Amino acid sequence: MTDETPLVKIHGIKLEGRSDEAWNPIINGVDLTLARGEVLGLIGESGAGKSTLGLAAMGYTRDGVRISDGTVEFDGIDLLTASAATKRDLLGKRIAYVAQSAAASFNPAHKLMDQHVEGPVQHGVNDRGSSEEDGIELYRKLRLPNPDEIGFRYPHQVSGGQLQRAMTAMAMSCRPDLIIFDEPTTALDVTTQIEVLASIRDIVEQYNTAAIYITHDLAVVAQMADRIKVLLKGDEVETADTRTMLSAPTQEYTKSLWAVRSFERPKKPAVSAGAVPVVSVQNVDAAYGKVPVLFDVSFDMHSGRTVAVVGESGSGKSTTARCITGLLPPTTGQITLDGEVLPADYRKRSKDQLRQVQMIYQMADTALNPRMSIGQIIARPVQFYLGLTGAAKRKRVDALLEQIELEPSEYYNRLPSELSGGQKQRIGIARALAAEPKFIICDEVTSALDQLVAEGILRLLARLQDDLSLSYMFITHDLATVRAIADEVVVMKDGRVIEQGDKEEMFRPPHHAYTDLLLSSVPEMDPDWLTNLLAERGVDNIGDAAVDKM
Amino acid sequence: MILWIIAALVGMGALAWGFRFAGQAATGNAPKFRDMPYGVAYGYVLGAVVLLWLIWAYMQGRSSDPAIANKFFFLRIAIEGFIIFAIAAWLFRLLGRAVGTAWSRKMFRSMPLTASFGILTILIYAILAIFAPAFAPYGQEQIIPGVAANIVPGGDVALGGNPDFPLGTDQIGRDIMSRLIYGAQNTVGIAFATTLLAFLLGGTFGFLAATLGGWLDQILSRLVDVLMAIPSLIFALLLMTIASVWAPQLGIPLTVFMVVIIAVIDSTRVFRLARAVGQNIVVMDYIEAAKLRGEGLGYLVFKEILPNATAPLLAEFGLRFCFVFLTIAALSFLGVGIQPPLADWGTMVRDLGGFVNYAQFAPLAATAPLLAAGAIALLTVAVNFVVDWMLHKSSGLKE
Repeated sequence: MTDETPLVKIHGIKLEGRSDEAWNPIINGVDLTLARGEVLGLIGESGAGKSTLGLAAMGYTRDGVRISDGTVEFDGIDLLTASAATKRDLLGKRIAYVAQSAAASFNPAHKLMDQHVEGPVQHGVNDRGSSEEDGIELYRKLRLPNPDEIGFRYPHQVSGGQLQRAMTAMAMSCRPDLIIFDEPTTALDVTTQIEVLASIRDIVEQYNTAAIYITHDLAVVAQMADRIKVLLKGDEVETADTRTMLSAPTQEYTKSLWAVRSFERPKKPAVSAGAVPVVSVQNVDAAYGKVPVLFDVSFDMHSGRTVAVVGESGSGKSTTARCITGLLPPTTGQITLDGEVLPADYRKRSKDQLRQVQMIYQMADTALNPRMSIGQIIARPVQFYLGLTGAAKRKRVDALLEQIELEPSEYYNRLPSELSGGQKQRIGIARALAAEPKFIICDEVTSALDQLVAEGILRLLARLQDDLSLSYMFITHDLATVRAIADEVVVMKDGRVIEQGDKEEMFRPPHHAYTDLLLSSVPEMDPDWLTNLLAERGVDNIGDAAVDKM
Repeated sequence: MILWIIAALVGMGALAWGFRFAGQAATGNAPKFRDMPYGVAYGYVLGAVVLLWLIWAYMQGRSSDPAIANKFFFLRIAIEGFIIFAIAAWLFRLLGRAVGTAWSRKMFRSMPLTASFGILTILIYAILAIFAPAFAPYGQEQIIPGVAANIVPGGDVALGGNPDFPLGTDQIGRDIMSRLIYGAQNTVGIAFATTLLAFLLGGTFGFLAATLGGWLDQILSRLVDVLMAIPSLIFALLLMTIASVWAPQLGIPLTVFMVVIIAVIDSTRVFRLARAVGQNIVVMDYIEAAKLRGEGLGYLVFKEILPNATAPLLAEFGLRFCFVFLTIAALSFLGVGIQPPLADWGTMVRDLGGFVNYAQFAPLAATAPLLAAGAIALLTVAVNFVVDWMLHKSSGLKE
C-alpha cells in the first residue's frame, strides 16, 4: 500500500476566486499528500474550499478561479505546468471525478453504457466490446441490480442511488490511480446512502485506488477515509488518521464539529389526557389526480410540543403537510385546528385560520422573494394579519429580528442574496413568527445547512417553542435531528403511518422492521460502524433488497 | 479564380503553422503557444489577412482617382463610421465613469464598449426625436420654393450638391435632414408606443395565465397559438388594408389602427414569454407562502412575480422594440404604414430607392435612400447591444 513517492503531492497551494472585480482568496496555502491506495477525507463547512481543493488536485479550476501559488504533482508530473495534451491524457484515464449530483452529470440523451465506454475508448485503454464487458463486471461489483442490462437504460430510468453507483463505475472504467469523490451521497436518503458507501468502499479497496473523499458529513467520512483533513475558510485545521481524529481531535474547531450531534432537549411531561390538540390529522387520504398517495393518516400535535415526521423521500411526509396547509385537499378525512374542522381548501379558510398555521421551507433560497428586502419580507405578514403600519410595524419587525438573533439595523435593508444559508433560514422563521401562529410546519428546515449552522437553527427553534409555546410538525429524514428536537415521532412509508409514539419509546427496541432499517442506516461516528452493519445485515441484504423484502 | 482562392487558403494554412512554430520558439514554449490548437492559429492568420485587406481597401477608397475611389466608397464610409463611433463610445464611457452618482459610475466601469455605444446612440436618437423642431432646419412637409428636387447629399456643388442642404433633397425638393429628424419622432415614437401597448397586453395576460392556470390559461394560450400561426407581416398587411378602408369612415387616424394591430400581433410573443417566466416564478416557495398567507391576485402579480420577471421582460422589450420598429418601416415601405406627408424612414427608403442603382459610378447619389435605411440599422444594432449587455448582467446576478 505504501510506495516511496506519494501519488499526489500538493504544496502550499493558494487559490483565488473572482468576485466584485477583485481576486479573493479561497484556499490560503494548503499542503496535501496522498499515497497510492489511500483514501483521504476532506471535510469542512460549505465555503471552506473543499471542492475547490479537490478539483485543484486534478490540476483543474472552475471558471473564475485561479491558482496563484503552489505546486500540484501527480505521480511526479507537475500538473500546473503540464501541456494540455499531457493533462488530457491523464484526466479520465488516471484521474477520475465523481460529482455530487449524478442526475445532473449524466447526459440524459445517451444510455449509461454509451457514456461508460466513452472514457476507455477515447483514451485507447480498451475497445468498445471489452469496455462493455468490463462495465457489466463493474456494475456487478458495485451490486447494481441486473448488471447485464442496466447499462442499456437511460439515466432517468434508474434511481438516484443506482445512478451514483453507475457514475462510480464510469470513473473506474479506466482503472484510474486517483478518484475524487465530491459529496457523492449528500443528495441521497439514508437507506440508499448505505449501499453507495459500501460499494464505493469495496471497489476502491479492491483496485487499490487512491481517493479524495469530499463531504461535510463526519459520520460518512469516518466510514470511508484512512486519513481526515479538516478545512476551515481555506485553511487547514488539522490532519490525522481517522481513528486518532475521532478519538482525540486536537483543535477547538474540530472538537466543535464533533460535538454538534450532542444537542438534545430535556424530556417534556406527557400530554394531559383529554387535552385538545392544536392540530389534529384525522384519517386523511389524499391523491395527486387519480394516484392515491396518502392512506388513512392520523396523528395529533399539541401545544408546546414537536412531532417529527420521518421517512424516505416519497413516503408522503410533505404531502401530509400540504393537506394540513390546504394546498392539497384530502379526498377523505379532515384536519382540525383547536378542535374545529378546517376547510379542506386553503382558499376557503378565514384569515385567522391561515394565520394560525405557518410554514418554514427546506430551501430558504426559493422561500424568500429575492427582490424584497428582509424588512419587507417580515413586515408583510405583520401588516397583513395584524394591521400594523408605520412605526408600529417597524418596531414589531425589529423585535422579530432580535428574536431570531439578527441585528435589526444591520439586516433590515439587506436582500436575501446578501445573507448566508443559515441567516436566510432564520428570516424564514421570522416570517412564520410574524403571523403569531400556534402551529408551524418545518419542512426539512435543516437538511440544506451545515451541521454547525443546523444546530444553531435547532436551538433557536427549541427556544422559540419554549418562549411562545408553539407546536411544531417537523418533517425530516435525518434521525439525528429527530433525536435533538422531537417529543413524538411519526414514521411514514409509502403514504402510511408505520409507527408512532413517544421519542424514547421509538428509539428503544423492539421496532417495526422499517423503523429498524431507518434507524440502523444512520451513519455513526464509529469507523467500524459500516463494516459491522454490513456483517449484521449480510452483504447481499442491504438497502433496496432489505426494503423490498418488507 | 477558384484556384486563386484555394491557393490563398493553403498559403494561409502554411502561414498559420509557421506562426505557431515561431511563437513557440520565440516565447520558449509558453502555454499560450504550446497548447494552441491549429484552428486557433489559422484564425489569427485569417484575421490578420482580413485586416490587411481592409486597410488596403480603405486606402483605395481614399484614392484620388474617382473611378477607383467610387468602388470602395461605402466601405470607406463604413470604416470611418466604425472608428468614429468607437471613439465616441469610448469617450462617452469615460465621461460616465467620471460624472454621476456612485451607482452610475460603477455601472459604467463594468460596461463593455458595445453597450456604451448603444446607450449613446439611443440617447442621441431620443434627444433628436423629442426636440425635432429645434434641430430640423426645415419642416418635414415643407417644399422649399426655388430649390431643386433630388439634390445629391454631400454638399459638393461639382457633384450636384448644395451646401445649404448637406444631406440633399428628396424627389419633390424637401430637405432630407429635416425629414430624417422628424422621422425619428414619427417612426421611433410610434414604435415605442406600440411596444409599450404590446407589453401591457401580453404581460398582463401572460402573468394571469401563469398564476391562475386552468381553463383561462388554455383559452388564452390557444388564442395566441392561432394568432402566431399566421405570418405576422402578411397578417398586419391584411388588417391594415382593411383598416385603411375603415379609418376615413370612422374618422380615426390610420396610425391608431396601425399601433393597435401591431401591438396585438406582437403581444402574442410577449404573452408567451411572460407566461413562461411567470410559470417558473409561480412554483417558487415564496409564492406558495404568499398564497397560504391569503394574498390576493393583485399582490401576487405585482409584488411577488413582476419584480422577479423584470430582467427577461426588459431584454425582450428591447428586442421587441426593434421588431415593431422594423415592421412599421416595412409597412410604410409597402405604403400602408405612416401616411405621407409625415416623414417616415420606411417611406423615405421606398421613395428614393431608385437611386441605389447609381451606386457603381455615383455613390453620393445612391446615399440618399441609404441614409434612412442606415438610421434604421443603427438604432436596431444599438438597441441589441444594450439588450445583450442587460441580459448578460441579469444572468450574472443569478450565479
